[in-house]
Amino acid sequence: MMDNLSLLVQAPVLNIQLLLDGLFIGAIFALAAYGLALVWGVMNVKNLAQGDFVIMGGYIAWFLSTWGIHPILGLPLAIVIMFGFGWVVYITIISRVIGKDLFTSLLATFGLALVIAQLLNLAFGPEVQAAESGFEINSFFDGMVTVANIKFISLILAGLLASMVITFMKFSRMGQAIRATAQDPRAAKVMGIDTERIYAFTFALNAAICGAAGALISMIWVIQPFFGIAHSIRSFVIVTAAGLGNLPGVIMAGLGLGVAEIYAGFVFGAELQQFTVVGLLVAILVWRQIQQRRHRQAVQ
Amino acid sequence: MTAMITVKDVSKAFGGVIANNKISLEVPEGRVTGLIGPNGSGKTTLFNSIVGYHPIDEGSIKFEGVEISDFRVPKIARLGLLRTFQQTRIYSKMNCVNNMLISVNHRSERFVDLFRDYPSELTDKAEQLLDFVGLYSKRKLISGDLSFGQQKLLEFAMALMNEPRMLLLDEPTAGINPTLINGLIDRLRRAATEMGVTLFVIEHNMPVIMNLADNIYCLANGRLLAHGTPEKIQNDERVINAYLGGHYLVEEED
Amino acid sequence: MTFNWRQLALYGIIAAAGIAAPFVFPAYTLQITVMWVMILFAVTWDILGGQMGYNSLGNIFFFGVGMYTSAIVQIGLVYDVAKYASPVGGIKAVFTQEQYFTGLVLGFIAAALVCVMFSVILAYIVFGLRGPYFAIGTLGVTLSAGELTGAWEYVGGGGGIPMPVFPGEPDDRSLLFYFLGFGLAVITFLFVKWMFSGRFGLAANAIRDDEEKAEGMGIRTMRVKTTGFAVAAFFLGMSGALFGNMIGFVEPLEVAFPTVTFGIFMVIMCLLGGKGTLWGPVLGATLFHAFKEVTWTYMLGWQWVMLGSLIIILVVFFQQGLVGWMQEKWPEMFGIEIDEGTVAVALAGPEIDEGPRRGGAVQ
Repeated sequence: MMDNLSLLVQAPVLNIQLLLDGLFIGAIFALAAYGLALVWGVMNVKNLAQGDFVIMGGYIAWFLSTWGIHPILGLPLAIVIMFGFGWVVYITIISRVIGKDLFTSLLATFGLALVIAQLLNLAFGPEVQAAESGFEINSFFDGMVTVANIKFISLILAGLLASMVITFMKFSRMGQAIRATAQDPRAAKVMGIDTERIYAFTFALNAAICGAAGALISMIWVIQPFFGIAHSIRSFVIVTAAGLGNLPGVIMAGLGLGVAEIYAGFVFGAELQQFTVVGLLVAILVWRQIQQRRHRQAVQ
Repeated sequence: MTAMITVKDVSKAFGGVIANNKISLEVPEGRVTGLIGPNGSGKTTLFNSIVGYHPIDEGSIKFEGVEISDFRVPKIARLGLLRTFQQTRIYSKMNCVNNMLISVNHRSERFVDLFRDYPSELTDKAEQLLDFVGLYSKRKLISGDLSFGQQKLLEFAMALMNEPRMLLLDEPTAGINPTLINGLIDRLRRAATEMGVTLFVIEHNMPVIMNLADNIYCLANGRLLAHGTPEKIQNDERVINAYLGGHYLVEEED
Repeated sequence: MTFNWRQLALYGIIAAAGIAAPFVFPAYTLQITVMWVMILFAVTWDILGGQMGYNSLGNIFFFGVGMYTSAIVQIGLVYDVAKYASPVGGIKAVFTQEQYFTGLVLGFIAAALVCVMFSVILAYIVFGLRGPYFAIGTLGVTLSAGELTGAWEYVGGGGGIPMPVFPGEPDDRSLLFYFLGFGLAVITFLFVKWMFSGRFGLAANAIRDDEEKAEGMGIRTMRVKTTGFAVAAFFLGMSGALFGNMIGFVEPLEVAFPTVTFGIFMVIMCLLGGKGTLWGPVLGATLFHAFKEVTWTYMLGWQWVMLGSLIIILVVFFQQGLVGWMQEKWPEMFGIEIDEGTVAVALAGPEIDEGPRRGGAVQ
């Protein structure tokens, strides 16, 4: 570990590589986290299957790429398919757990996560996969820093998608209806908004966002049926750190998490990279408690 | 007359809204003090500040001479200062007797006490208090199954079980059938006189509070507007105007 | 704690069945031992999740810590743990009877004590969280423990560490671990039953029903929560020590800290049987384990799909569990009183309150 650390100091250019890698992947983390925050804020459902939605989107893109459809074209398909999937999941499961206590929705989504992960495993096998995008790899600084073009494209796409969703939420009628329902469901109902449809749409939208994130991940990173829980935890860490309704915070936290993970992986070695995500989760929850103590409250 | 609670220049803001603005008041021991004011005047916020539900921005709150403004809720409760809630809160999955038993005060509880049974005298006392509020026949029922009014009475009985020095009551008659309010007022008064519990009561029901309280504070827009005996408050122009103008005539209670 | 004849008879039957089982079904001794461990899992989970309202996804943490603690003690008494665990220069280890059994006893004790210690420390980390945050926080703690242990070379890292070999016949070994498991489960159940019959039970339930109210009434909630946590940790730690010895090999992610499997099973078993009841967890554990043992091998890769679906169905449709459902159907059996129907006499004063009358509108 010390060798790796000293390497960072001796060759500062390495930092740029790590930083860039972290940002590219962090942008996707932020995207998925935004979806989680959406569902959380509107319906108070903490979706533990979030990461599995992401992986599922990744598999859609990857599967299509094995048929010759380029993953970037697979992206909109993943969005559409996941949107439908999210709607179905809402109607069959989520709608029944919305009113109940929060542990219920957590467990229900956990069960869902298990099912999805296993089905993916049965369908595609446990090997780690990545979707070939066939773009060039550029190198800078005498070859010390390499960046695959696809990563730039992924960053741009992530930003584009995020802007589209945000614009939609701000200016469209549906977006306004969603925000109204989030603030006061009863008032929304009284004003004639069909809250069930709003919830279904929101959940489906989240699934679509995850699908997009997954497609991007399949292009610039790897997917595997059981990686879902790690992505769920990542989204959770980001939303907890940033706080609901804090969009710039989500972006910063997402990017930060990406960078932290890449650095941790480099400095501590592969064994402990797994630990980074869960370790950060515990750290963030401890930090929130300390914050809340000053307000004499508990973290709820 | 010693002051049980001394509130001095207490302010509390939530974001841009100043809920309490430099409020100073005293609640004397052994009496019933009222707290009135139109909706949004900061009454419940003041209660919350006193019992430690949230920190205050400035000022001092003393209970029996002890500064409590940075104590936490359980600590303040163990000093003998309790409150009831506007939306009545009880332990809804336990039966009434158990609700009462767990409400016994925990001031001198040691770790080993956690593993002992309740002595039968406590059960007797619980049943007596349930009888006092008229819930004796319901004592074995699950408290969540009681009606709203009955739950309010249970909450009151639970507070009495704790043998508090002082009880903050947040709208004790809200939601109670008007024909049954007299019984409640009677019990409140008896709690003050017979059981030695000082009461500080938020109320919107004017006849009730004018009947019950020995002195009254009136809040408006987060500030203390007026205080005095019921007669004085009733005739105070500022108080009348604060309740959205008009001529609010207080009916003579019979 | 009062007993009646029906209860005593029930306990007697279970005790007899438990003692006879390994002799009547010797081929299934291991499975039944695991069943007792599952019952212990469910009963200890219910302390926090069912009675106190703190749904933990990380109780398995103590299972793993107990397992590793006893491994370190049992091996460390005789050999150097790091060398023993190392996959390369590994020692060929033999334990005499005396060494083995001394190690076993000390290992159990150490497991229990270390876990209690951890629980007190952890309490300050996790009990400021409520609801789903508590669940995810405990999940995070357990996942972290698994990962960190996997990187700890002293105990063999990700490769794990073999446990001392039992100095004796395999049949004796099975019997020993069977009765340890049975005994542990029984003691756990009786202790928890006793604990919840007094003040602790009411305090825990008050926290479950309305923690803020409990705090507002002066209940020392942190003390209650930490105690419950410590009790669960105590018994879970010993169950971990038992399991490690029984399997013969301790590995961080699959054996010691199986968060996504056994950690979640605990929750399902209590949901199935009925949260917050005395026998619910026991019933749920028995049924779940039996069902799992019977169907698992026939599922051909679909086991986890079935499990996940079971969770969803339970959580959505059958929240109260079996015992909860029975309590709703036959409340008298459980000593729960239902209002027969009274007129509104509550506020008229004690002189008019004559008690329940039949007929009339329910309030």
